[in-house]
Amino acid sequence: MKKSYVFKIDCANCAAKVENAIRQIEGVISAKASFMAEKLVLEAEDDKFDAVFEEVIKTAKKIEPDCEIRAKGK
Amino acid sequence: MNKSQKQQLYKIILTAVIFAVSVFLSEKFQYIYLLPYLVISFHVLKKAGRNILKGQVFDENFLMAIASLGAIAIGEYSEAVGVMLFYAVGELFEDIAVHRSRGSIKGLMEIRPDTANIERDGQVIEVDPDEVSVGDILVVKPGEKVPVDGTVISGTTNLDTMALTGESVPRFVSEGDGVISGFVAIDGLIKIRAEKEYDDSTVSKILELVEDSSLNKSKSEDFITKFARWYTPIVVCSAAIIAIMPLFLQGESFADWIKRALMFLVVSCPCALVVSIPLTYFGGIGGASKRGILIKGANYLEALSQAKIAVFDKTGTRTKGQFEIIKTVPEGCSEDELVELAAIAESFSNHPMSLAIRKGRGNGQSGQIISQEEIAGKGIIAETAKGTIAAGNKKLMEDLGINSVPGEKAATAVYVAVDGAYKGAIFLADAIKPNAKKAISDLKSAGIEETVMLTGDSDDVAQFVAEQTGIDDVRSRLLPQEKVSCLEEILKKRPEDKKVVYTGDGINDAPVIMRADIGVAMGALGSDAALEAADIVLMNDDISGLATAISLSRKTRRIVTENIVMALGVKFGVLILSALGLISSMWYAVFADVGVLILAVLNAIRMLKS
Repeated sequence: MKKSYVFKIDCANCAAKVENAIRQIEGVISAKASFMAEKLVLEAEDDKFDAVFEEVIKTAKKIEPDCEIRAKGK
Repeated sequence: MNKSQKQQLYKIILTAVIFAVSVFLSEKFQYIYLLPYLVISFHVLKKAGRNILKGQVFDENFLMAIASLGAIAIGEYSEAVGVMLFYAVGELFEDIAVHRSRGSIKGLMEIRPDTANIERDGQVIEVDPDEVSVGDILVVKPGEKVPVDGTVISGTTNLDTMALTGESVPRFVSEGDGVISGFVAIDGLIKIRAEKEYDDSTVSKILELVEDSSLNKSKSEDFITKFARWYTPIVVCSAAIIAIMPLFLQGESFADWIKRALMFLVVSCPCALVVSIPLTYFGGIGGASKRGILIKGANYLEALSQAKIAVFDKTGTRTKGQFEIIKTVPEGCSEDELVELAAIAESFSNHPMSLAIRKGRGNGQSGQIISQEEIAGKGIIAETAKGTIAAGNKKLMEDLGINSVPGEKAATAVYVAVDGAYKGAIFLADAIKPNAKKAISDLKSAGIEETVMLTGDSDDVAQFVAEQTGIDDVRSRLLPQEKVSCLEEILKKRPEDKKVVYTGDGINDAPVIMRADIGVAMGALGSDAALEAADIVLMNDDISGLATAISLSRKTRRIVTENIVMALGVKFGVLILSALGLISSMWYAVFADVGVLILAVLNAIRMLKS
């Protein structure tokens, strides 16, 4: 399953670091983050998706506590 | 400026004021500098402390915290404030630039329809485009955007397609024509039947594509990210080594060497590089979409700048896929009379050739026909007010006893005879696009070294089209699957750094598009398969977009290179000079760092303006 999220973060380097860290998480098939587009696309195994996503948020917050990842709203 | 940027600005101004006052008071009481220092650096110190606790040591906050605290430790109070003050200015500047470019990209992409007017039981209700289902009847009034892809069922209007195609001439539509979401009705009210839901419509596909483009990073961006990962720890270690140098050198003062180490730290901040590269590519992709060129990723924009070999599919890129009269050879009558005779004879035929002959002549001639007969594989014989007109191929003429007729390479002939007397020949060929030749010379001046055309047509036709449009090399009589192997052959032969860009209509040649280094689909607006397969989509049916895209990619690449060279050059320069002790004030380091950041960002946002 692939989902995209709004991903707000302060600096380009931090976004790259978060992207890199997310890729190391178990269950993540692919992860792409864009600082400019404020977007994160996460692909993970279907049955574990929610658990993986929680881990993703935790990891991101650890690297940059001020970042924000949320589902796309209107 | 948004709220946090304003706060940042006030903080900078406040610090600058206190700093200025402190300069006067500092002779009596130098600790006064701690006041502006704390105002400006509290946030950074907090972040650095927090990150250290989490094991994230080497980031900009850490560099700046150590550098400024170190300066305080050796008594360089004003330098400590300066480091932090200018660091904050740089950050603010960067933040504003990034926000501006995001805003301007969103502005270019103002194609998202806000509402849809559904007609139900004679009533028109306004809904969100998301709520439209296939088959709904929608009303589009002048000034409104077409909300989903559909077909016109009544009414006529001119449509403004500028935002999607970059084409400034409006498109006229009437009943039965397809319309694409994002087009804007100019002067008439049309009713359309929805053919797709909003999520499958062209607008949402395009928006998603443009948004996602910055997820596909360029090699230079990856390089800098990796570089930054190693660079910061290396600089910190080098700084530590410099700081302890006096242990090994007799008679050197610790204060001097610590200051050198601190300069090292200040100048080493990689921010300028890390932000300016994605910013440049983002601007390049945005500038391209403004011209109706969709680029799916920074990586493709980057690869395009190295494109040396351009391969085309003939139909759609070189020719229109429609017959056109290229030459007439009348005998004993004028050219116009000859075509008129053929048009009369063919007035009931729907063959592509007949359509081409009748084009621009209306349908007035059909009244002159008394009876007509189509002879399969040969042509038409019609009894008319002007006599018995025969129009057809060589065999038809031979049947009439006319044996010597002219021929023409790379064209199909229609011969005309009236009452058994030969009147001349009309030659038709697949019409070459008006800008096909200029597009090739544009490509050459944009740096393309070799052009190749692939086609399923005969050698003669292929050769003719190639000559007419200035193509270097032709591969003809290819079956669709052979086009892939032909491209693979080209890919195998070329040196690795010469990228191959393939352009096709994206409908019949998706496999070829996917196989090329850079696959371009043109005139593909509304075709999902093409949008899917291609790396770059030319939304209007104009091949000159390819040369524009290549020039943009070269410009992007140049700016990126300039920024890398400038930033690394200045930084290494200052690093070396400070390590050798040739410059000794921390102010140099501060200006090298922030100055480079500001220059790099200004250089990067040039891409948005082009």
